[in-house]
Amino acid sequence: MESTVIIEKGIFIVAIFAITMIMAMYSTWAERKVAAWLQDRIGPNRAGPLGLLQPLADGLKLFSKEEFIPDTRNKFLFLAGPAISMSVALMTSAVIPWGDKLHIAGRDVILQATDIDVALLYIFGVLSVGVYGIMIGGWASNNKFSLMSAMRAGSQMISYEVAMGLAVIALVMMSGTLSLREIAAQQSGMNWNVFYQPVGFIIFLVCSFAETNRTPFDLAECEAELIGGYHTEYSSMKMGFYLFAEYASMFISSTILAVLYFGAYNYPGIEWAVENWGVNIANSIGMVVLFVKICFFIFFYMWVRWTIPRFRYDQLMNLGWKMLIPIAIANIVITGIVILLADKFL
Amino acid sequence: MSLDTISLSGKKMEVSNKKMSFWESLYLVAIVKGLLITIRHLFTRKVTIKYPEQRRELSPVYRGQHMLKRDDQGRENCTACGLCAVACPAEAITMKAAERKPGEEHLYREEKYAEIYEINMLRCIFCGLCEEACPKDAIYLTETKVMVASASKREDFIYGKDKLVMPLEMALRNSKNKVS
Repeated sequence: MESTVIIEKGIFIVAIFAITMIMAMYSTWAERKVAAWLQDRIGPNRAGPLGLLQPLADGLKLFSKEEFIPDTRNKFLFLAGPAISMSVALMTSAVIPWGDKLHIAGRDVILQATDIDVALLYIFGVLSVGVYGIMIGGWASNNKFSLMSAMRAGSQMISYEVAMGLAVIALVMMSGTLSLREIAAQQSGMNWNVFYQPVGFIIFLVCSFAETNRTPFDLAECEAELIGGYHTEYSSMKMGFYLFAEYASMFISSTILAVLYFGAYNYPGIEWAVENWGVNIANSIGMVVLFVKICFFIFFYMWVRWTIPRFRYDQLMNLGWKMLIPIAIANIVITGIVILLADKFL
Repeated sequence: MSLDTISLSGKKMEVSNKKMSFWESLYLVAIVKGLLITIRHLFTRKVTIKYPEQRRELSPVYRGQHMLKRDDQGRENCTACGLCAVACPAEAITMKAAERKPGEEHLYREEKYAEIYEINMLRCIFCGLCEEACPKDAIYLTETKVMVASASKREDFIYGKDKLVMPLEMALRNSKNKVS
């Protein structure tokens, strides 16, 4: 591999990492603001202008807390829990196409850390590792509430991964590829998958709420029953890592939603912009557009959180197994029939 | 009439345990309705009062920090009779009486006055019974419109005469208003 490619990818990876971190940081701020606005309040406004330094203040507070490790069987696993959660949340961003390409110094720079042709499989693989962070943390806490919460989170994530996978299969049948880059390219203009797969999109959306452990599916952190859930025994920055990982994975799952169903970096008139304004400007706008879409989904996550109360556990399981999975299977069948008929008659 | 149908309060209702249809049990419609309600609140006027900069408007009868009043000529009304301390349900008031010396007539209205008058603001419940008990119209809670400030030491909450007695300028201003 050329050294320029390595440098290029290195810069890109660091940039993505920084962006993910900043987005996660400011998601905590945005969450407080959105929560406040939806409840007719103002929200944090003391730390810096508009409370923009609030995430720093939170981080500082967490750092200055006592680092407490309970008397547990396996201290290594206790420490590994938050690390796994965090790294899983970050790993997914490797295959996401953040833009089409830029033309810099006579070379085409692809705006993606790595373009593997089974990117979708990779994402699902990494997402299912996410449950280990919670399970290991909950188990190693040596606390029955933590363990119960971890069990809940585990069974919830496994149940919803099934429906999520089935929803995506219909999409893959349509696009005929697992590569996120090609899926993004197929949605050029306004050919967004959400118009062809509305049912699949809704199932995927519901499941991604469950996968990121957000309300209404945040049974793992159900304060009334389980104290703090799997991170009851965690303090200081290890606790911060768990919370931070939640926001990072929210950012990543918003990105996946935007890439799979909402046309990734495409916007109406992108071809015209490429012809008239050049590749660089058109694709930079594309990156901004992708970020706008991501921010909308992050807002949507928060909007839902401050609207809907938590589901009961049996409701959660009913919804997952008895509603979403049958609908997802029906969606696959119908998609298959439509594709077949379209091939025959169109 | 059987027992099941009698409703003494007139509010008896049959609990509906109707089974949800498939569409209803997806919760989608209900969730969208909820989302529309909350998004409307995003644009409504915020009710927050940004406290140190903005202050809530207090009602005319708001009972805040006490004030020991002076009369038109700036003399203290209080005669240290102790009725307020007796009336106080929280036992927040203590005082020590003293006799007025010749030459102090411009300071105290009657022959006896309170040399020390202390209210423990941590004990006080701002009920206003001292105000009701006072025969000399000396203590009022509705006058200052000040909330007792927080402090970090318990001793700081014992307010003496330096904080409680009405400022002299205020008494003079009152008397001027009366003349005009």
